[in-house]
Amino acid sequence: MSARRFLPWRATRPASEQAEPTPATPERMRGTSPGLERREFLEALGAGSLVIVVGRLGVRRVDAAAGVLAPEAEPWSPAVYVSVDEDGVVTIICHRSEMGQGIRTTMPMIIADEMEADWARCRVVQADGAEQYGSQNTDGSTSIRDFLPRYREAGATARALLEDAAAKEWGVSPTEVKARQHEVVHEPTGRTRAFGALVATARTLPMPDSARVRVKQPSERRWQGKRMPSIDLGPMTTGTARYGADVLLPGMKTAVIARPPVWGGTAVTVDDRAALAVPGVERVVRVPGAPLPGGFLPLGGVAVIARNTWAAIRGRDALRITWDHGANASYESAAYTASLRETVRQPGAAGRTNGNVAQAMAAADRRIVGEYYVPHLSQAQMEPVACVAEARDGKVEVWAPTQSPMDARRSVAEYLAVDVEQVTVHVTLLGGAFGRKSKPDFLCEAAWLAREVGAPVRVQWTREDDLRHGYYHSAAAHRLEAGLDAQGAVTAWVHRTAYPAIAATFAPGVTGAEPDELTNGASDIPFDIPNMSVEIGPAVAHTRIGWYRSVNAIHHGFAIGSFVDELAHATGGDPAAFLLALIGPDRQVDLSTAGLVAPASNYGATWADHPLDTARARRVVEVAAERSGWGAPLPRGKGRGIAVHRSFLSYVATVVEVEVQPDGTVLVPRATVAVDAGFVANPDRARSQMAGALIMAMSNTLYSEITFAEGRVMQSNYHDYAVTRLHAAPHVVDVHIVESEGLPGGIGEPGVPPAGAALANAIFAATGVRVRELPVGAQLAGWMTRGG
Amino acid sequence: MITLTVNGARRTFDGDPTMPLLWFLRDELALTGTKYGCGLALCGACTVHVDGEPVRACQRRMQTLEGATVVTIEGLHPQGEHPVQRAWREIDVPQCGFCQPGQIMQAAWLLGQNPAPTDEDIDTAMNGHICRCGTYPRIRAAIKGAAEPSR
Repeated sequence: MSARRFLPWRATRPASEQAEPTPATPERMRGTSPGLERREFLEALGAGSLVIVVGRLGVRRVDAAAGVLAPEAEPWSPAVYVSVDEDGVVTIICHRSEMGQGIRTTMPMIIADEMEADWARCRVVQADGAEQYGSQNTDGSTSIRDFLPRYREAGATARALLEDAAAKEWGVSPTEVKARQHEVVHEPTGRTRAFGALVATARTLPMPDSARVRVKQPSERRWQGKRMPSIDLGPMTTGTARYGADVLLPGMKTAVIARPPVWGGTAVTVDDRAALAVPGVERVVRVPGAPLPGGFLPLGGVAVIARNTWAAIRGRDALRITWDHGANASYESAAYTASLRETVRQPGAAGRTNGNVAQAMAAADRRIVGEYYVPHLSQAQMEPVACVAEARDGKVEVWAPTQSPMDARRSVAEYLAVDVEQVTVHVTLLGGAFGRKSKPDFLCEAAWLAREVGAPVRVQWTREDDLRHGYYHSAAAHRLEAGLDAQGAVTAWVHRTAYPAIAATFAPGVTGAEPDELTNGASDIPFDIPNMSVEIGPAVAHTRIGWYRSVNAIHHGFAIGSFVDELAHATGGDPAAFLLALIGPDRQVDLSTAGLVAPASNYGATWADHPLDTARARRVVEVAAERSGWGAPLPRGKGRGIAVHRSFLSYVATVVEVEVQPDGTVLVPRATVAVDAGFVANPDRARSQMAGALIMAMSNTLYSEITFAEGRVMQSNYHDYAVTRLHAAPHVVDVHIVESEGLPGGIGEPGVPPAGAALANAIFAATGVRVRELPVGAQLAGWMTRGG
Repeated sequence: MITLTVNGARRTFDGDPTMPLLWFLRDELALTGTKYGCGLALCGACTVHVDGEPVRACQRRMQTLEGATVVTIEGLHPQGEHPVQRAWREIDVPQCGFCQPGQIMQAAWLLGQNPAPTDEDIDTAMNGHICRCGTYPRIRAAIKGAAEPSR
């Protein structure tokens, strides 16, 4: 311990003296790193390979040895890379992060299927963060829906080139040859030549024209749309899968950081004597916090650098810090909730307007109001964020479970005030992410400390850190009012909501969400209501707000799905029948010209490609109802609930069956999910995502809540931030995927929004207790004697 | 100096005796299959076998482990072919995979004790393990698969 090379924390640069962050200008962000990319390519693909990239501007072939940076006349964004080397090894670079959704299997199986590769001779290389891949941000359920045609085109192009190579070598017409499982066959003679043997010729041929690149017909597919075991199953079941904290570098230190308890707080005094006395603790280092709102950058704090994790944790516990908590120390959840509830009783900014709601409401036979509340939530992914970094010779290298290595790269560069080309981001497996790992604050911390300490550093967040210093799902209040005619049909719909905006994490002065956020499942509802107004009110953020699986559709889906069930019961109707009536006749609607306020987003897609298609909503409701045994009687204490939601361009209907025990404990023995996500490449992973989304929605609905008092998060670990455990989880989640060759929608997120409402509706059916405020928690205590 | 056996190899430790076994495994032995999830025995991600019993490694201090025999996920089966590991792969249980080493260690212990567990036995044995991805239905199915007499 006497040989410690530490600087006392006071000697390190406080945030105010830090160099101005270097802005990540568009020019810088477009910058590329030939050395890095060439090295990466040589390592990943080997010289002499046939390399196909597919980007915005089409398919190209690149020479591995020259890298991909041959001067291009225009910017392009080749997101998909596949290569075949002379030994026939097919390498597919996965540009998206694996966090349980199965992209490291699904993307390669599409490409390999199209190229007629032998699955056993394919390997997957995880991409580092690099401009050449375009957007690597693994969020918004986009990895298939944005890329399926490119994956297919990449594989089909490689197949066409290999077939052309065989035809040329044999001197026969390309119409006589056909690729089949890693070789090309000359059909008239039965001659074959292996892919690897064709690479040298394939590399020299002209690129096949678009007519020659033929994507497979459904009947020709080997794997797309069928079961494919995940490629990471072996490592995941033997403990050898590598997540963020599993990266080990020689001489690596562990850092655990004391962060400001309140968003925007700063350390005023630090007494680190006791911390430094902990055996194994080597240094205490100040981590600068970014000025509010801070975006992707760290909160700042005081880091304890130690030889191992235990010493770092004990050292952090021993720090004595006085904090200036700053302006957000007044944040109190109870008062904030009350203010949101008040806000939604007033008109807000319109995100969708149809007809004349005031007139229709006045003319209604009956008006019904429902108010709902969903609290802040944490992603609470099983792997607390962690990152390993090394800084050497002006370069910074990080290894992390990040959903967005390019955002991470830019943020690290900005925080360390180095050029983005000096930063390398390696992506490990993600031990759950759910939006938390879109934010690279923890990579910035590790990079900063590695440079300060002059040794590789792993920043380890504890569970308490993860719950208390996160990017939280918005707390949201909703007020819905419906006007019904004498027949019980909904003629008017006013939906007002208020919640702090994610944008407030990234820009100062944001006083609420933009109306366009309502397109995340509030203003794009598939209901046939002539007079509608969907509005959003102001809400100032007092903590970091961030994405959490399905984002605003969590509370939009809960409020809308619950309200529709309330309407059904109020009119004496069957909830499933009422839902179908509300969806109304089949129609395809371009909402940008049918009421939505501009910019009328559609999850990044055009309304022409993905109109609001009510037939799809109807079909999933019908399928879920039929498969769940909807309508069969259940005893008191058991019940079914149904809800439907369109989000991330997919349509999901969920029927949840609950068993509410006398003490109010809710079990979900069974659930039925019907999903129309267009073409589904990997149905087994889609099923697992739907089951997982439902179980996550159980957590959101039944147990989880982040609250603030004096600006601090009051929860700390899984005892007070409870999530679903096995005993309450369904024994069966029956997932029905609508067969479709349509354009793909999302899979990872769309299962969440309808499940929460279906669960709350099932609780009502079972107990007569209407849950309007989440989580359910202890609200069902005594339900048996409360009637209903 | 504490001497113990980890995955069949004799190991010694002379650091902070209050260090939890979890950090000895991860930081000192580089056995990173045992995961840190909560540090309070709330999630089960760090489950290993100590003298044949499932133990939360985040709570078991090194000073209590003199002479102990520890088996981690890396040592459950030399080729990763324990019936539980095979059953997990056959029905593709993992999503992100992070909690699965702990789940597998607990399930392997359960089946060692009780070759034909009922739903209630599975609930009791596995309820201490959180899977945030929600693989619980497949965990149940895999345990039942591994329990089939044919294995």
